[in-house]
Amino acid sequence: MRFDSLLDSVGHTPLVGLPRLSPSPEVRLWAKLEDRNPTGSVKDRAALAMVLDAERTGALRAGATLLEPTSGNTGISLAMVAKQRGYNLVCVMPENTSAERAQLLSIWGAKVIYSPAAGGSNEAVRVAKELAAENPDWVMLYQYGNAANALAHYENTGPELLADLPSITHFVAGLGTTGTLMGVGRFFREHKPDVEIVAAEPRYGDLVYGLRNIDEGFIPELYDKTLLTSRFSVGPRDAVARTRELLELEGIFAGVSTGAILHAALGLASKAVAAGTPADIAFIVCDGGWKYLSTGVYGGTLDEAEDALEGELWA
Amino acid sequence: MSIEIRIPTILRPFTSGEKLVNAKGSSLEEVLADLEVNNPGIGERILDQQGLLRFINVYVNDEDVRFLDGLATPIGENDSITILPAVAGG
Repeated sequence: MRFDSLLDSVGHTPLVGLPRLSPSPEVRLWAKLEDRNPTGSVKDRAALAMVLDAERTGALRAGATLLEPTSGNTGISLAMVAKQRGYNLVCVMPENTSAERAQLLSIWGAKVIYSPAAGGSNEAVRVAKELAAENPDWVMLYQYGNAANALAHYENTGPELLADLPSITHFVAGLGTTGTLMGVGRFFREHKPDVEIVAAEPRYGDLVYGLRNIDEGFIPELYDKTLLTSRFSVGPRDAVARTRELLELEGIFAGVSTGAILHAALGLASKAVAAGTPADIAFIVCDGGWKYLSTGVYGGTLDEAEDALEGELWA
Repeated sequence: MSIEIRIPTILRPFTSGEKLVNAKGSSLEEVLADLEVNNPGIGERILDQQGLLRFINVYVNDEDVRFLDGLATPIGENDSITILPAVAGG
């Protein structure tokens, strides 16, 4: 495959079957390898779409400074896009994220401002909004409320899935900004409305939910509940166990959030087997495992991995 | 029949700091009512007349009850309930 530039190569990711993890020839699992994007995560799609949209609307001018709250992947993707299109980037990232994320951000030229660990990404959003108010010339694309984020998946990820797997019955992805699920969900509602759209939401340790007040809770502006069929909460132990199974049985080296998604996908597969109905379940591999090596979750016991992730924003 | 409920940090002042508490009931609504009886004040931090509060998520066996039957979701003997505030990802 040939592309005019790295940015032109975003998307068009492979969809691979999982012969060992699929429970039967009638109930099959399919992994969409989003780690094959330029910076190694699904967020390249949203980052590119948001920057191109801001250029079109005139919100972004040459040499502008972008600002974004991120737990890592969106920031890394934006840093790559910003570098090539001539923008600066300031990321607000919770301090309880893996070391590799900060290293990658600086490699691509982004500046990192840390937000407190307690409260997780909620705090990053709050700090970024403060910085935006103090620096009116900075442009915050704001992945949680930017329609271009979901639109990237509506226009690309969804059509790619339907073209590669016309028999698709279920789509499973992680719930963060909700962009992937909202975009793909809207695409299937219009083109194949019986496809079940299922969210796998990471369940973190107590520290991440350390809000001072319940009114500090956060729901991304992009979120539209009516596009989802169901929503599952997956804890670190199940996520790590599934991440390891994906590696051992199918050879796919993925990050921990993918394990959480696979856990939900396998639950759907079991239900289909029990009901005796055929199913083609596609799920997102958000990123590779490289950025999480320092957390130690790929070795040792599950207890040790669970301890290592306590208090970390692992998805 | 006693159901185990996982309580988030922010609501533990109502459970004497306990992370896991037990309550009885055959629907989520009954279980939450019993939770309030034994932990006065916690109920209004979880729901009001309209139902679950906007920033509160409740999961039965890890599934969000807003996609089940909401407060009418039936609860069985081996079910587990998790209450969490809505937080940002990404």
